[in-house]
Amino acid sequence: MRLRIYYPVIAAALLIVVLHLALAATGKTFYMTQITMSAYYALVVIGLCLLMGYAGQISLGHAGFFAAGGYTVAVLTTCNLNGLRQTPLVEWLSRLGVLVSWRDLYGNEVLSVSPWPAFIAAILLTALIALAIGLPVIRLKGHYLAMATLGFGLIIYRLALGAKVLGQADGISGVPAFHLLGELQINGRTPFRIQNYYIAWSAVLVAMVLALNLVNSRVGRALRSIHQSEEAAHSLGIDTYRYKLATFILSAVLAAAGGAMLTHYNGSIGPSEVTVMKSVRYLAIVAVGGMANLWGAMIMGILLNFLSLRGVFGSFDDAVFGAILIGIMLFAPQGLLRVPKLQVLTSLLSRRSHG
Amino acid sequence: MRMRVASVLCVLAVACGLVLSGCEKSPDASGPGTPAATSPAATKPATDAAPIKVGAIFAVTGPASFLGAPEEKTVKMFVEKLNQAGGVNGHKIELLVRDSGASPEKAISMAKQLIDEEKVLAILGPSTSGETLQIKNICQEAETILLSCAAAEEIVIPMASYVFKTPQKDSQAAQWIFNTMKDLGIKKIGVITSNTGFGKGGKAQLEKMAAENGVEILVNEVYEKEATDLTGVLTKVKGAGVQAVVNWSIEPAQGIVAKNMKQIQLDVPLFQSHGYGNIKYVQASGDAADGTIFPCGRLLVADELPADHPQKAVLTQYKQDYEAKYKEDASTFGGHAYDAILILTEAIKKAGSTDKKAVRDAIENLQGVVGTAGVFNFSPQDHNGLGLDAFEMLTVKGGKFAFYKK
Amino acid sequence: MNLPQIMQYGLSGITVGSVYAIVAVGFNIIYNTTGIINFAQGEFLIVGAMTAISLSHVVPLPVAILGAVLITTALGGLIELVFIRRVRDASVLRLIIVTIGLSIVIREAMLHIWDEKPWSLPYFTGTSSTTVSILGAYISVQVLWVLGVSAVIVTALTLFFRYTTTGRAMRACSDDRMAARLCGINDRWMVTLSFMLSAGIGALAGCVISPITQTQYDMGATLAIKGFTVAILGGLGNSMAAVAAGLFLGLLEALVVSQFASAYKEVVAIVVLLLILVFRPSGLFARRATSVRTA
Repeated sequence: MRLRIYYPVIAAALLIVVLHLALAATGKTFYMTQITMSAYYALVVIGLCLLMGYAGQISLGHAGFFAAGGYTVAVLTTCNLNGLRQTPLVEWLSRLGVLVSWRDLYGNEVLSVSPWPAFIAAILLTALIALAIGLPVIRLKGHYLAMATLGFGLIIYRLALGAKVLGQADGISGVPAFHLLGELQINGRTPFRIQNYYIAWSAVLVAMVLALNLVNSRVGRALRSIHQSEEAAHSLGIDTYRYKLATFILSAVLAAAGGAMLTHYNGSIGPSEVTVMKSVRYLAIVAVGGMANLWGAMIMGILLNFLSLRGVFGSFDDAVFGAILIGIMLFAPQGLLRVPKLQVLTSLLSRRSHG
Repeated sequence: MRMRVASVLCVLAVACGLVLSGCEKSPDASGPGTPAATSPAATKPATDAAPIKVGAIFAVTGPASFLGAPEEKTVKMFVEKLNQAGGVNGHKIELLVRDSGASPEKAISMAKQLIDEEKVLAILGPSTSGETLQIKNICQEAETILLSCAAAEEIVIPMASYVFKTPQKDSQAAQWIFNTMKDLGIKKIGVITSNTGFGKGGKAQLEKMAAENGVEILVNEVYEKEATDLTGVLTKVKGAGVQAVVNWSIEPAQGIVAKNMKQIQLDVPLFQSHGYGNIKYVQASGDAADGTIFPCGRLLVADELPADHPQKAVLTQYKQDYEAKYKEDASTFGGHAYDAILILTEAIKKAGSTDKKAVRDAIENLQGVVGTAGVFNFSPQDHNGLGLDAFEMLTVKGGKFAFYKK
Repeated sequence: MNLPQIMQYGLSGITVGSVYAIVAVGFNIIYNTTGIINFAQGEFLIVGAMTAISLSHVVPLPVAILGAVLITTALGGLIELVFIRRVRDASVLRLIIVTIGLSIVIREAMLHIWDEKPWSLPYFTGTSSTTVSILGAYISVQVLWVLGVSAVIVTALTLFFRYTTTGRAMRACSDDRMAARLCGINDRWMVTLSFMLSAGIGALAGCVISPITQTQYDMGATLAIKGFTVAILGGLGNSMAAVAAGLFLGLLEALVVSQFASAYKEVVAIVVLLLILVFRPSGLFARRATSVRTA
């Protein structure tokens, strides 16, 4: 019976192919560029949805985790170790096979950490940061938690702006492509557009399966009970603290994965990825999706980022996100997908209004 | 659960529909709420050749809007005037402006849009060096001309054959400052810079060039671009016993430095960078700004230039047009965008074609183009094209910009 | 370091701290009535200062400031009536989200009304170079204005919350809204009133600091984050402590600048905040471990 929760994943996979065909038929395959970028942002949103919607913990610092992942891979894959070839550390790394030699656009030879080890390092580092931050912070509630996560985001922002190795205000550019397996690679250049569309969507679907699995398990039930009444959950013998911490780390790791992959896709990352406004945007998207609604969050994550990245909102980009936050909280606190009028539509399609 | 499946399917379908219908509706993809994109489609050339598509990415809103806003206004004004006069080589220019909000990731997305979908000949901007550096490789790989309005030297070093920039080099500004210090006998200075790409670039040049110019940097501090009071940093500078202060930033903080120096009675000359090119910063610091010395293009003192100066006509014309149209003071930032579109149109004229490669080659061989920042002489080795003479040392007198004389 | 230099760092810390403090006070008013933090508080400051700057072109400065305070007060009330009051199922999470949304929308509206340039009010007394000398160090006269206005506001608020019926009613709403309603307090009107009050005080704060900081449409968020930090450092709801915490943070930042590099002062400020949150969430000056809510 539990398999049922994965039916939408299969449906989504089919729709992704249909969307590709539709774009190809209309000659609009270039939309895939922004869809791909949006998909990586959707990873952050899925993680944040788990944390906010299911564990009931606000986070105003999720852009910090995204950046932790992105900056780690950017530093490791662009830092040129060519001059240090003879040092014991570099020789040792070289023997381990984690280094790779390549040529940049201007013909310079670069010796750097290859993408897979860099990616793993990014995930581990972010998990560690999340653990270190989460241990004390998860105990806080309400405004205090909001402020603490906001503070965490600000520290990462200041580090990005202040540290020479992170490129300060200019960020890091020239990040190479990520060769995943054989011909598969995360690469932002036009010839790789279609395969990257599928790579990004695969990442999203994997994250969705993980998240769905979690919320439908014992842990998920525990999380929901925490959200409804922490005291009650606690009195039932649920270790609320441990569950919340685990969710916090998982959602940070999802954000870091999104950050790392988008950095390879864009070929660069900058401090604009760590601003408070970015964290607020993720929050807005989860709110529109309906807080405890993973599918809603994922779809809105892709849709809103897609529109924003295409510049559809023009000079009103931030204003749109602000208006969304207000509008949703005022008129549809359960998210856009639960608005009655839309529900009529969906029930027509499903023929059964409850299931 | 079934319910949820259906709602997902439904919304995804709606999303697809939106996307697809969206692309049918607006082939020029300017979209609603993009006042930036002019609609030259409305004034379609009846008999002329196809319009030339030119993209522009400016930080019209967001933290660098003081750069992007005048840049956008300038380019729109330039193109409007040009098209009224019949365009270039009989082609009208179709300008597509995108607002990046100073976010590099949006600049990347928009650059790809302009290149892949609109097949633009060239991209003007972006406004900040972070954005430019992140789309530099994209434009180079797609062989699309990029005429950046940002300052950092890394934009043209290492050189990418399709990437150019119009503002003067940081190193040249620093050289002017050091030359003036030599005249004044200044040997010990304090350097304060903001934590932006502009500040970072200037700091690097000042550190690199100080020793060879016989100047010692005693204090070297970075402050946040949102800083509202700098007396703390300046106290440190004062304590070190410097003979002059150099502030290298581009934000309103420039006005605060002048005020705070007067307040804590730090009575040494204040040097600012060429980012001081906006009279608003002077007004913001009131009489404290008097005596500030900075290298700058001649736009700010256009009225005082001798009539036979090669830039006189261009500068006064731009200033008059801009101030008449937008009812605000012209700034050097808008001037950088003016130069970018000017260089592009001159190159198109010279190339006699709208082929990307031909126009690129033409830019590389442009000589003696009179812009707002100076006279541009490009070469295959120099994608900035401005010499030391593009600068003039200016000062503030009675709340107005004036030539600096020792 | 000699004495004048130490004094100068101290005065620099006070300059910055006074700005933080006056911003933080506004947070506490709404918190005292509703128990929520208004993330749009920073925008009230900028709206107030911008309105005053526009008005100051046609009327004398004091009138312009008064006008700006009144207009912003009305705006605060309107925002409560139109938005906050309508939030369904008003949990802390929801209200935080709404006020964040409001702050963004107000900020973007200001961009389109007053454009992107920095503006500022003239110095209230003297010019930008008028200073007072204390032990060989100097401080701008405007800082004294900021400190004076903060002191007046805090005293007035303390008296208001402690001794007037309305003030007590507002505090009652924060402690237990249901109980307050049962006592016949019009709790909705109290919330509206608190938004008006904090908007008005925010506007006044924005005007007083404008000559020092200049005013730009997007400064609100930065100021609000600092104000929020200070409000928590002092202990949420405690205005007197907020002023002390503001000056403390300003002095701490000056200390960091003097001993290390100014690039690190923000990081130090945030680290202190995180430590406070973890070890003393009720604030630096709280006597008990539970949160204190004496205004």
